[in-house]
Amino acid sequence: MSLWLDLRHDGPPLDFRTEIPEGKITALVGPSGSGKTSILRAIAGLLRLDRAEIRLGSEVWDGAGIHLATRERPIGLVPQHYGLFPHLTVIGNVEAALNHLAPADRRVRATDCIALAHVDGLESRYPRDLSGGQRQRVALARAIARGPRLLLLDEPFSAVDRSTRKRLYLELRRLHEELRTTILLVTHDLDEAAQLASHLCLLRNGRLLQSGPTSEVLTTPCCEQAARLLDIPNVFHSMAEAGPSGRTMLLRWGPHTLRTASKALPPEGTTQGWAILPTNVLLSRKDKPWGSHLENPVPAVVEEVTELGAEAVVWMRPEGLPDQRLHMRLPTRAVRRDGLLVGAEVTVCLRAADIVLLQANDGAES
Amino acid sequence: MDWDAIALSARLALVTLVALLPLAIGMAYWLATTACRWKPWIEGLLALPLVLPPTVIGYYLLVAVGGHSPLGQWFESVAGYTLAFSFSGLVLASVLFNVPFAVQPIQRAFEATPQEVREAAQCCGLTFWQAFRKIELPLAWPGILSASVMTFAHTLGEFGVVLMVGGNIPGETKTVAISIYDKTQSFEHASAGAMSLLLLVISLVTIAVSYGFVERLMKWRRVG
Repeated sequence: MSLWLDLRHDGPPLDFRTEIPEGKITALVGPSGSGKTSILRAIAGLLRLDRAEIRLGSEVWDGAGIHLATRERPIGLVPQHYGLFPHLTVIGNVEAALNHLAPADRRVRATDCIALAHVDGLESRYPRDLSGGQRQRVALARAIARGPRLLLLDEPFSAVDRSTRKRLYLELRRLHEELRTTILLVTHDLDEAAQLASHLCLLRNGRLLQSGPTSEVLTTPCCEQAARLLDIPNVFHSMAEAGPSGRTMLLRWGPHTLRTASKALPPEGTTQGWAILPTNVLLSRKDKPWGSHLENPVPAVVEEVTELGAEAVVWMRPEGLPDQRLHMRLPTRAVRRDGLLVGAEVTVCLRAADIVLLQANDGAES
Repeated sequence: MDWDAIALSARLALVTLVALLPLAIGMAYWLATTACRWKPWIEGLLALPLVLPPTVIGYYLLVAVGGHSPLGQWFESVAGYTLAFSFSGLVLASVLFNVPFAVQPIQRAFEATPQEVREAAQCCGLTFWQAFRKIELPLAWPGILSASVMTFAHTLGEFGVVLMVGGNIPGETKTVAISIYDKTQSFEHASAGAMSLLLLVISLVTIAVSYGFVERLMKWRRVG
């Protein structure tokens, strides 16, 4: 059963409408203040909004005069700082969520959840005696104890170091494989969302910009704001026109004419926003002959090369476009192999299929 | 040593504590969690005993519970004796002037409980009372202990309000503080000195022990 959300609020502004798929990990991604945590708290019943419709399948949690109390919602919550009860031991924390069971059953269930979250052996410790990663696992054990149908994770990895975070990603994926619970993960970290979630919702100023399968959203932003959120620097505006065959759209980018894969034909003289991922800007190698396989070739001059470990970031100025910069990412060894130095004249190719056309109106849902 | 006065003071402090603590816990929790716009005014009202001269509080209490007041008349008709100049009146006065000493430490303790912990309790399926008993009260325990000690020690030593409302009736309203005043007036310096020293020691020991205990408790409770 999927989770249906229609949330409206004036202060802070929220206008969010989407469906969270059942049994998947969905990430809510957006900058600080975009309303991610408010959405999570509204789903948990911890925040009353001006207007809220929240349904899990046919079960109404909010709306039509109904507001189900938090304790009556089949949810598990892992807050940003875990919210562990400091005066209770690890097992005490997990048992606190099992008040509906008989005391003997509580211990059995709590022990199972602790083992599932890989914190067995720490049952009698207090939260202050645990590392950040262990606390996170205890919070997870407590959240799954009641067998929730929806697990809400609010930036759960923000307080742990990088290596612990990587380990916890794997454990969350493993836990999800076992439980198959719907998980809603709030994060501002795109990499985290990309690694964990199969579904992505992009948020800005309380509005849903785009949602869909993670791989699709990450590579095809719907609008300029979504592209900015996805950290895609190559966002440009060009005059659009119909191609000679009248079947595809062409973009006039300075002296360059770029073919696109779009079948939509714009009205004459329309300005079209478009983007291309830095990893999709392809370098034409000098040792390879020009051929028909080279789509949309654009001569450019390298302006800046920065090596970031195994990856290099190259900024280049396209020919005839003095106020535009094209951003490219490629392996450092490729930079060295092709002798990409500042001032080098290169040709890059922007494949038609990689050019993403952006909608003019920001905030459309795909 | 006026043992009757010492026993009366101890009894007054205990009864005050028993009567005030549940009220203080309720008020403190409400103040710590409410978003009511009148909160500063209510907090100010509750803190008045800290800034008003005890005689002013005593005067208003005397007016409120005296034989001519509706409250005083009602109490006399029910209990058969006047609230003013009785042990019951003393308890009422003591409860009122101890409100800030009891409420403020408990309120600070409730305020120190992170909102995440409070919300986690709800997400664990706990009802309000279950969460209050299992999570809120144990976490506010250092504040409750502080409040108890402050109330007890303050009641033992209170003079002005007690004198105004209770007068100086041996065995009924003559507390140890009033007894010390009496002894000093009648030049019984040895007895006044002994009782003063006793009050000093009791106050110092209870406050020092509670401060130390609360500090240890807070350190122990802190997460990471």
